[in-house]
Formats: sequence, C-alpha cells, structure tokens
Amino acid sequence: MDLREKRRIINKIALGLSLLAMLFGLFWLAWVLFTTLRLGVAGLSLSLFTQMTPPPGAGESGGLLNAIAGSLVMIVLAVALGTPLGVLAGIYLAEYGKHTWLGRVTHFVNGVLLSAPSIIVGLFVYAVYVARTGNFSATAGVFSLALIVLPVVVATSENMLRLVPDALREAAFALGAPRHVMILKVTLRASLSGVMTGILLAIARIAGETAPLLFTALSNQFWSLDLNKPMANLPVTIFKFAMSPFKNWQEIAWAGVFLITLGILALNIVARVFFRDQHK
Amino acid sequence: MTATAKVDKSAAQGRNLGEFFFSNATRIAALLTLGLLLAIIISLVHGSWPSIKQFGWGFLWSGEWNPPQDRFGALIPIYGTIATSLIALLIAVPVSFGIALFLTELSPPWLRVPLGTAIELLAAIPSIVYGMWGLLYYAPIFSEYVQPALAATLGKLPVIGVLFSGASLGIGILSAGIILAIMIIPFIASVMRDVFALTPAMLKESAYGVGSTTWEVVWHVVLPYTKVGVVGGIMLGLGRALGETMAVTFLIGNMNFFNGFSLFLPGNSIASALANEFAEAESPLYTSALLELGLILFVITFIVLGLSKLLLLRLSRQEAVRM
Repeated sequence: MDLREKRRIINKIALGLSLLAMLFGLFWLAWVLFTTLRLGVAGLSLSLFTQMTPPPGAGESGGLLNAIAGSLVMIVLAVALGTPLGVLAGIYLAEYGKHTWLGRVTHFVNGVLLSAPSIIVGLFVYAVYVARTGNFSATAGVFSLALIVLPVVVATSENMLRLVPDALREAAFALGAPRHVMILKVTLRASLSGVMTGILLAIARIAGETAPLLFTALSNQFWSLDLNKPMANLPVTIFKFAMSPFKNWQEIAWAGVFLITLGILALNIVARVFFRDQHK
Repeated sequence: MTATAKVDKSAAQGRNLGEFFFSNATRIAALLTLGLLLAIIISLVHGSWPSIKQFGWGFLWSGEWNPPQDRFGALIPIYGTIATSLIALLIAVPVSFGIALFLTELSPPWLRVPLGTAIELLAAIPSIVYGMWGLLYYAPIFSEYVQPALAATLGKLPVIGVLFSGASLGIGILSAGIILAIMIIPFIASVMRDVFALTPAMLKESAYGVGSTTWEVVWHVVLPYTKVGVVGGIMLGLGRALGETMAVTFLIGNMNFFNGFSLFLPGNSIASALANEFAEAESPLYTSALLELGLILFVITFIVLGLSKLLLLRLSRQEAVRM
C-alpha cells in the first residue's frame, strides 16, 4: 500500500468517525425526546390543569395545577427581578466600563457565574435568606432563580450592545446627544431583539431548574400563592414524583416533564428564529 | 438672550443629572453582579466555619460520612465528582471533536444550522429530564446490555479490569458519567465549532493546495491553530460536569461508602449529596459540613471555569492581533 492510499484511507476513517459522532449526539437527543413525547402525551389530560398534585398513595388522582401556577409565578417574578439589573450591568460592561477594571473584572466574573453550578446559588440563598427568616419560601425561590437569570441577561445584553457599530454611537454624539440618551435611544434600541432573545433564553434556562429550588422554595402539595410560604413548582414536583414508587405519580411526572421540555424547546427555537429574522 | 442662556443651562444641568443617574445605575448593577461572587464565597465560608473549625484540612481526605455521630469527611463525594466528570470528558471530548469536525468540514451547508441547533438543544433539555429518563429508561438498558458487555471485554483486562467488575446495577459512577457526557457534549462541541471557524481560510486553502486530505488539514492546521480555544471548551465542559446536579442525583446511587474502585458501584457526588441531604440535615454541624462541600465545589468549578474563560479570551485576542 503506498503512502497516498494510506492517507486516503486514514481520511476516510476519520471522516466516518466524525459522522458517527454526529449520529451519536443525535441518537441521544432523539431517544430522550421520543421517551418524553410518548409518555408525556400519554399522561396528558384535562385534570392535569384543573387538579392539585395528588397526596401520597397508589390510587389517588390529581394534576399539576398548583405546580404549574407556582412555576409561572416564580419565573415571572425572577425575570422581573433579574432582567432590569442584568440589562443595566450589560450596558455598563459594553458602554461605560469597557476599559475600566470594574468592567473587565465583572465581564470575567459574569462569564464564570454563567456556568457556575446552580445548586450553589440555592445554597447561597439558603444561607443568606432561608436561614435568617427560618422557613422555606417562594421568595427565596424567586431570589435564586433571579440570580440565575442575571448572568444570562448580562452576557447577552453586553454581547448584543457590542455588536452595534461605533458609527451609530458617533452619529448620536455628533447630534449632541448625551451618553445615556445615545444608549437608550440608539444602541439599546438597535440591539433590542438581541436583548429580548437573551431574556427568552434566560426563561428557558430557569424553567427546568430544580437544584436551586430544592432548599429555597421547596415544594407544596397544596395550592398556595403566598410568597412567604413554600410554593409548589414543576421541577421539584417532578423530582419527588419521579423518585416515588407510585405509578400514577410517575405518570404525572412524565406529563410535567413533557410540558417543561416542550416549553423550553419552543422558547429556544422561537428565540433563535426571532433573532435570525431580525438580523438578516 | 440671557433668558435663553438660562434655559439652556438648566436643560444642560438636567441632562447632566440624567447622565449622572444613568451611568451610576449601570455601574451599581455591574458592581452587584461582581458582588454576587464575593457574597457567595463569604456566605459559604461563614456557613461552613463550624465544620472547618471542627475537621480542619482533614475534611478533604477523610472518607467518613456519618451524620448520626456528626463526623464528616469529603473524600467520597469529591472522588465521585471527579470520577464522573473524568468519565464524561473521556467520552465527550472525542465525540464533540467529531461533531465539530462534521459541522465545519463535512456537512452540506444547508444542514449545518439545523444539525448545530439539534446538538445545542441537548443543552436546553433540563437536567431533571435527563435524570428521570436516565433512571427509568436508560439505566435498565445499560445494566442489561452494556454493563455485561463491558465486564466481558474491558473487565477481563489486567489493571483496568477492576474498573469494570461487579454487579450490573444500571446506576453508579459509570452510568452517571455517561449521562454527564451527553449533557456536556453540546457545550464542548459548540465551542469547538466556533473556534474551528476562526481558522483563516487562507491557512486551510494552502494546506489543501499542497495536497492535504480533509483530516490532515483539521489535524495539522486547524487544531494547532485553535488549540487554546479547544482546551478552553473542554474546561467549560468540565466545569459544567463538576456541578451538574439533578441527573447525577438520579443516577449515581447516592452511596456514602467506599467499596472499591469499580465504576459499576454506586457513589456520591458533591452536588448530589447536597441535593439529597441538605434539606434534611438535622444538626448544625451536618448543615455546616454540607455547606463546606458546596464551598469546595464552588472553588473547584470557579478555577476550572476561570481557566476556560482565560483560554478562550486568549484565543480571541490572538485572533484580533492577526487580523
């Protein structure tokens, strides 16, 4: 076998393996999604949206109404809390603090916080809030989710603002606009679709977060919208039900998994399409 | 005339005031983000102080985890965390490299975006879904087909055979490591794909011009050019794997004893110990020991993720210089 032949064969093998790697990745995606779809659709029923989570026991029927409501409440509040702060910090990093030590250090730290284990955020909120107030509460859950939203929004707003060409900034300055007017009326507006994309992705990120809620919001078997009490939520309910021996609990957990996964995939795809269309 | 000058002045003052408030609001927001890191570290150190005082450095290498007697050591969870993450890397790095290679060099252009998105969606699926699916669907298949096959082949080898021996439970360190691999593939693969795309076309074309095959171009030109970024991507994956909680909690078996080096055995990771035990910890020292575990995890992941960020920054800076 001559050298040329050998090199061609090595090339074929390597490219074949790369195709296999791609298929390997797609295989797991398909398997997880297929299982979720099959069991989730089977578990779907109207009672899911009209009844509370069932008490322990094999024959008890129930739904996920309190968990769905609790999740929605906590997600909305966490986004409302984390987004303004995140956008402001993103503006600082991209506009004011590009060349200051605060800007550089915060940019770096934010990049690390973005991937930091979410369970640590739960521990933190437990230590500074739950341990002080003495009980698990939805407020604590909202805080921990907001702390996960924050770095996501900071990073996307910063990146999107940096994409705005400097010529636009200079044009605004040339008209005599002060810096904050330039930012609010020109750069932020130009990158609005990017910032929105970041918010959507942040929602997708916290919708399935379980670890930070385990010792903050905990969960609640009953209907409660009291922010000072533990609040039911989808992820922790799924965790509890999936680990249980009761068949009906597992069925409900699959339906919950299906709802969360569907919502998150939809958010991800909408965010991508939305962003792509805006930037064509 | 004086009147208009006055109006202008107050308008300018108003604008300065607006500028003052706005710029400081953004600065405070940035400071808060930075402060979050400090607050996390301080609160964890504060919370774990009783345990640090009680056990000292010995906490790191004591394998005893005994809540009823209030004696705690972090060795088992540290071992489980590192073992599962290394298994995950061992699988995820070559697969991610293959995926990135496929997406940048092999795939027809119209397939690149959908396939890339599909791989990224692996990262969008929540951890708890991997956990539940892993426990109920993947673990049974893993114990029935994969583990016996591994025991019959790799298990027969000298030295490393020990790693693949014992009962096929379906859950355990190896099982959790494989699920972790699937979860970090999208992170590593997308970083690799992005840095591969940074390679100047001229370099690649020159290599093709002297007759290189696609593989040779990737292995001898693209990879050396982007190696800093590739290592950064791997570190990012490692950082993710170390702190991954729910999927590991479902699959690792939550065992706080050390029974041997077999990867088929159940174990415990820092994150899963926290998820399982924190809400139920009775004594203050127990809570404190768990907080110290959290502190250890945070410090390790911070170092790994920080390194990853620095490496990726270095690549983009080098890129900026060359362009």
